[in-house]
Amino acid sequence: MFNAVMSFDLGEDVNALREMVHRWAQERIKPMAAEIDSTNAFPNELWKEMGDLGLLGITTPEEYGGSGMSYLAHVIAVEEIARASASVSLSYGAHSNLCVNQIKLNGSEEQKRQYLPGLISGEHVGALAMSEPGAGSDVVSMKLRAEKRNDHYRLNGNKYWITNGPDADTLVVYAKTDPDAGSKGITAFIVEKSMKGFSTSPHFDKLGMRGSNTAELIFDDVEVPFDNVLGEEGKGVRVLMSGLDYERVVLAGIGTGIMAACLDEIMPYMAERKQFGQPIGNFQLMQGKIADIYTKMNSARAYVYEVAKSCDRGTVTRQDAAACCLYASEEAMVVAHQAVQAMGGAGFLADAPVARIFRDAKLMEIGAGTSEIRRMLIGRELMGAML
Amino acid sequence: MKVLVPVKRVIDYNVKVRVKADGSGVDLANVKMSMNPFDEIAVEEAIRLKEAGKAEEIIAVSIGVKQSQETLRTALAMGADRAILVVAADDVHQDIEPLAVAKILAKVVEEEQPGLVLCGKQAIDNDMNATGQMLSALMGWSQATFASKLEIEGDSAKVTREVDGGLQTIEVKMPAVVTVDLRLNEPRYASLPNIMKAKKKPLDEKTAADYGVDVTPRLEIVKTDEPAAREAGEIVGSVDELVAKLKEAGAV
Repeated sequence: MFNAVMSFDLGEDVNALREMVHRWAQERIKPMAAEIDSTNAFPNELWKEMGDLGLLGITTPEEYGGSGMSYLAHVIAVEEIARASASVSLSYGAHSNLCVNQIKLNGSEEQKRQYLPGLISGEHVGALAMSEPGAGSDVVSMKLRAEKRNDHYRLNGNKYWITNGPDADTLVVYAKTDPDAGSKGITAFIVEKSMKGFSTSPHFDKLGMRGSNTAELIFDDVEVPFDNVLGEEGKGVRVLMSGLDYERVVLAGIGTGIMAACLDEIMPYMAERKQFGQPIGNFQLMQGKIADIYTKMNSARAYVYEVAKSCDRGTVTRQDAAACCLYASEEAMVVAHQAVQAMGGAGFLADAPVARIFRDAKLMEIGAGTSEIRRMLIGRELMGAML
Repeated sequence: MKVLVPVKRVIDYNVKVRVKADGSGVDLANVKMSMNPFDEIAVEEAIRLKEAGKAEEIIAVSIGVKQSQETLRTALAMGADRAILVVAADDVHQDIEPLAVAKILAKVVEEEQPGLVLCGKQAIDNDMNATGQMLSALMGWSQATFASKLEIEGDSAKVTREVDGGLQTIEVKMPAVVTVDLRLNEPRYASLPNIMKAKKKPLDEKTAADYGVDVTPRLEIVKTDEPAAREAGEIVGSVDELVAKLKEAGAV
């Protein structure tokens, strides 16, 4: 554990939240992290625990069972959970932001009353389904078809790379209601696992973020009632894009959490490991490494926290949401790489925590939009203001 | 019945403790602080008594610097009903000795009239293990220390104590001071909604002077040293080798 870090002025509530989540995550999740990784299985008992602690609806008002706190608070929770296990944090973020927060932002009063309490208590698991085998970065090219019938939509097709897919009871799903209308033909739906014709593949075997269950969703004549349209028909892209801004900011917390985890792992090693008759942390090359990691972590935190605050003020921009996530994610990869280096052979063992963190960090440059897409967005937004 | 739970703000158990360069004590500047773990167990036990209908109100008390307010908020977030902060020092390095703490607590007890005071058996910073015992002496109350199990029936408490030879069960008349040991319970994590609610719970602020207690230290710290570094161990290949080594070291 490495606690000698800068404390940011985040307010009393968020500090108290960090304190609680930090402790719970370190005592409860960290001891399980290696096993979650090696068995590639999510400990489902955690959902109820997170629900009891009030973590699943941080940004949701109390009337729906939430904690009525800020995006900043959510980022801190994601960060502290990621500091114990990045894969648990990914699943946590997919549930509490991608699913819960999207329903909070876009759901009707009835939908919020129907779906949020169960998701926030941890009784139900949530997911969001956007990507498809042929539609990743080019999300608008999705093929999942939602055909309008008398009193329902009939969904046919599949979704791919869906975090929490195998476990989710409630899923926010984007589908094409008008295949010829391009981005204006997409509609968001709330789908329940129990709906006839819905099934999932077994969860994927991945390089990292193992235990955060990812799967393919299969829709075979799934009948979804009109009442389950999230937002309006044909307005799915707006739901999707606005959600992505918040998603990127909240998930950026995984990046900062990974960097904090790296320091937690390597700092004691720097003091304990002796070569040439002294702790390796005495050597300037190693101190340089630590200094770089510390600087990257605090820079990323400062940017991510500030963008989270702008989410709370309602002034977040697409470029900053993408940029803070791009920065925290890429620096997390760089830092994890250097953390393995700092530990040498000890960090190269399969069961070394830094080895797991290294594999987990890679997803940060791929999931929730690749680094390339994030750069494209930032550049497009910035140039859009000039041209 | 009211339950009074004294809680102390101490250096966090995860922090690597550093001795100040001049040897006058432990460096506490910008160090993470949290509630003494034994006191957390006491708070948890008080909450369980309330949940079981054996207690009506839980009052957490902290004596120390103003920042002890955070420690009290933690107790309130866990489930204490209200809190009393007695500011008795300005500097985090200023130690308030057990007798001064016990004297202030005695005044609080006189005011609040709790049926039970639940304390941690000791604080992990100075390991004095004295405040609870001194408080019971000042009040003329029964005491039961190192509790690993607590059962309250009517006006008596049955307490299982962890003693050197094993477990000892005693019965004490209430009101009593019970100091708690590690295995009494496992404290809960405060939930987010409870952390938010805790901000609205009453927290009275007093000073040591309000209770007329002099907190001037009676003990002088001569010197504080880092613990001696542990020497590296040695892995032996067989029992014979182990026995030979032990003989060599004069251990057998």
